[in-house]
Amino acid sequence: MAEGEKYRKERLDRGIKARSDTIYVLASSRDLLYLLMPRALPVALLILLPILLHGTYWEKVLFYSCIFGLLALSWDFMNSVGLVSLGQALFFGAGAYFAGALNHYLGWPIFLTIPAGTIGGALICTALLVPVVRLRGVYFSIVTLILPLLFAHLIETLEILGGTHGLLSLSAYPSGWIAIYLAVGALLLALFGFRKILDEDFGMILRGIRDDDRVVMAAGVNIYWYKAQSIFLAAAVGSFAGALMTHYYQFVGRSVLALDYTILPLAAVVLGGPGSFAGAALGSFILVPLSEALRAMGGLRMALYGLILIGALAALPEGIFHYLQRRYHQFERMVKV
Amino acid sequence: MTEDVILEVRRLTKTFGGIMAVCDVSLEVRRGEFVGIIGPNGSGKTTLINLITGFVKPTSGKVLYKGQDITGKPPYEIACLGIARTFQMARTLHKLPAFKNLIVPLCSPRVRKFRGGKYGERDDIAIDILDDLGFERDSFVPYKIAGTLPHGYLKRLDLARCIALRPELLILDELFSGMAMSEVAATLPMLEKFHREGLTIIMVEHRLRELFRVANRVMVMNFGQKIADGPPQKVMEMEEVQKAYLGTEVEE
Amino acid sequence: MEIIIYGITNSISLALMAIGFSLTFGISGLPNFAHGAFYLLGGILTWIFLNQLGIPYLVAALLSILAIGAFGFFLYWGLMLRLRGLAINEVIATLAVAIVIIEVLRWMGFSGFSYVLPPFIRGSVNIGGVWVDNQRIVMVGIGAALIVVLYLFTRRTKTGLSFRAIAQNERTAIAVGIDPDWTAALSLAMGSGLAVVAGLAILPLGAIDTEMGYDILLYALAVGIIGGLESLPGALLGSFILGFSQILVATFLRAQWQTVVTLAAIVIILAIKPSGLLGKYKELEERV
Repeated sequence: MAEGEKYRKERLDRGIKARSDTIYVLASSRDLLYLLMPRALPVALLILLPILLHGTYWEKVLFYSCIFGLLALSWDFMNSVGLVSLGQALFFGAGAYFAGALNHYLGWPIFLTIPAGTIGGALICTALLVPVVRLRGVYFSIVTLILPLLFAHLIETLEILGGTHGLLSLSAYPSGWIAIYLAVGALLLALFGFRKILDEDFGMILRGIRDDDRVVMAAGVNIYWYKAQSIFLAAAVGSFAGALMTHYYQFVGRSVLALDYTILPLAAVVLGGPGSFAGAALGSFILVPLSEALRAMGGLRMALYGLILIGALAALPEGIFHYLQRRYHQFERMVKV
Repeated sequence: MTEDVILEVRRLTKTFGGIMAVCDVSLEVRRGEFVGIIGPNGSGKTTLINLITGFVKPTSGKVLYKGQDITGKPPYEIACLGIARTFQMARTLHKLPAFKNLIVPLCSPRVRKFRGGKYGERDDIAIDILDDLGFERDSFVPYKIAGTLPHGYLKRLDLARCIALRPELLILDELFSGMAMSEVAATLPMLEKFHREGLTIIMVEHRLRELFRVANRVMVMNFGQKIADGPPQKVMEMEEVQKAYLGTEVEE
Repeated sequence: MEIIIYGITNSISLALMAIGFSLTFGISGLPNFAHGAFYLLGGILTWIFLNQLGIPYLVAALLSILAIGAFGFFLYWGLMLRLRGLAINEVIATLAVAIVIIEVLRWMGFSGFSYVLPPFIRGSVNIGGVWVDNQRIVMVGIGAALIVVLYLFTRRTKTGLSFRAIAQNERTAIAVGIDPDWTAALSLAMGSGLAVVAGLAILPLGAIDTEMGYDILLYALAVGIIGGLESLPGALLGSFILGFSQILVATFLRAQWQTVVTLAAIVIILAIKPSGLLGKYKELEERV
């Protein structure tokens, strides 16, 4: 570029994007591939991965990625209603303890404790959060940050649910395949389910609440009822992850209410890109393997998540997913001003 | 007589800290009336609307709608009873396409009672309503993201949201402010049409000429108090009203 | 008598912890979740200055207050400025800063009885039959002095008045020529500095523990929420309510209940009266 001349970046839709966006009749198999590949490829990969990784250490990492992916999706769903949670650990812990307690005290088998943990945990979380659902912004987040801590302290102080020792020797999965495919299946279901919900009329109300809740109220819609419903959905996904993890570890203790289960999903969403759900899943599939690879760092991993959070917020606020999406659909060129 | 009264405001008062925003205001609106509310800036008009529609809780006083006490009810319940309002600053759901803005009122319990509204059907209804209000369907205006539309469209989108609620009482908070003359000229007949079809309308407005064309009664507020109420021409001749408006009214 | 004395000292220490957080939040609406981390970092910095570099105590204390204050200032320009406007991103970012600081310190092992700051004045006095460390009295003194100084600062000095102007109405304040970013950065710097002051006053009473980084944040939040996050008198009231209830709980139940009470207080107050006991709810928003 010559001295003194100014250039700016221009972004244009790729021809194939413009074509397949507005014309609903696909012109060629290339168009079909263009639309299908970004969806089908990751899904196929996710379904194949458990088979490919079977018997290796990375099978466990895949399982963890799915668990944290579920928590990240649950965060992203709350966020798309304008509820910012700093307490995914609450959802996770509620599900984990609910399933664990049923298994430990009542001897319920796994195929009952997991659904019961999902529903029961979600009901508990909804009941806890509904009283504060009218709070806006920071205040709601503070409550969600406090609640898991409060329960961890309550369990310790009252020595209920196993106290500091936790509940030991819970039932294991009859086979490793069940655990991993439950996790993968739930992740895909949550991913596409949440995307679908937000495109429905129901989702329009949720997105409306995030945009401007007074408008939604003026339109005669009880926003608190809808917020409660979305908390229930998000909490169910988080609790399911918790119940799944409990039986994987065959143990549930206060650690399920720890800050880790809040920060990692949060970092995953911010890194991957909030608002698309795919970004949340992508983020956890980057972060969890990364943190496993850096296992040697021990306690410093939490600090690393923090650094990633700060870096992602400051440098790439749109997130990796939106960046990739843009590069896929658009090209850039420099034009002279 | 009482059957006729759709909205009754009884000695409504609202204080913010030490400031009297609305002070002892009473108002009766009959079914089918077109009432204008005017007054200088800061005279409590918007607060009065917020009080009626439940967005702000009154310090004292009562609001009765069709004989039913609605004071202190949450805004969504009041909206579901049939009182729709626009916002002064044209609040819309600016990240959604314009027609999706109307999905929200169409999903409200009130409209669900009126028509079935299966999925997809609501989109058609929404676009029909917008088309009637001058969102050109053929040039895809209803499909654009609300935040990208010009101000005049946002104002009308706000109005469309109210219409989609199928209200019995429509409260407009400075609908015309910020609209171009041509847009005002296009919107005014629509309001007259809604009024003819039996809709009761309360309109807060600064554009007096347009207001006087359509309103058959005008209430004047100043410093939170009601200072006059009556037919437009008579009200404007009153000395207090002229005093309150001195300077601002003449050029209009 | 014991309850009264311990209640008062505990309340003042809570007030000290909360005052910086409330100041920053009240002025610039910036929820500084790294408050507890700054408290901790300040204490450890002073310890390093004192024991590793051999700097005199008073100088070390001043240096670390200034260092953390400057850190807060540059944190605003470097990071928060990019995220202004979205309260949630501010929370997430400051929480992330807190986690980085605390976890790194934990990893470096700054915990336990070898990390103790010496008290300003040794010994203890007998007040009404109860032995009170001199340090506690110093702490009460510092707390009371800070409250008075802050009160005078926000009412008498030009900077303080511009702080209040920004807090009341940002747009009008900008219109009369107050730079909101400058003010916010200053408020964050002051809040961070105050966190260190609190740390220096309170830490000599016990050993440094990295877990404090999180606990102090919770206490600051609890105090702020009980009293109303934006107001200084509210913070004071909140700290007295919380301070006495903690002592009462510790006396009549067990010490573990203290944290439970603190956390439960936050949740219950937010559920019942979100604006806090003295806060003003923003009802003025739509008044025209």
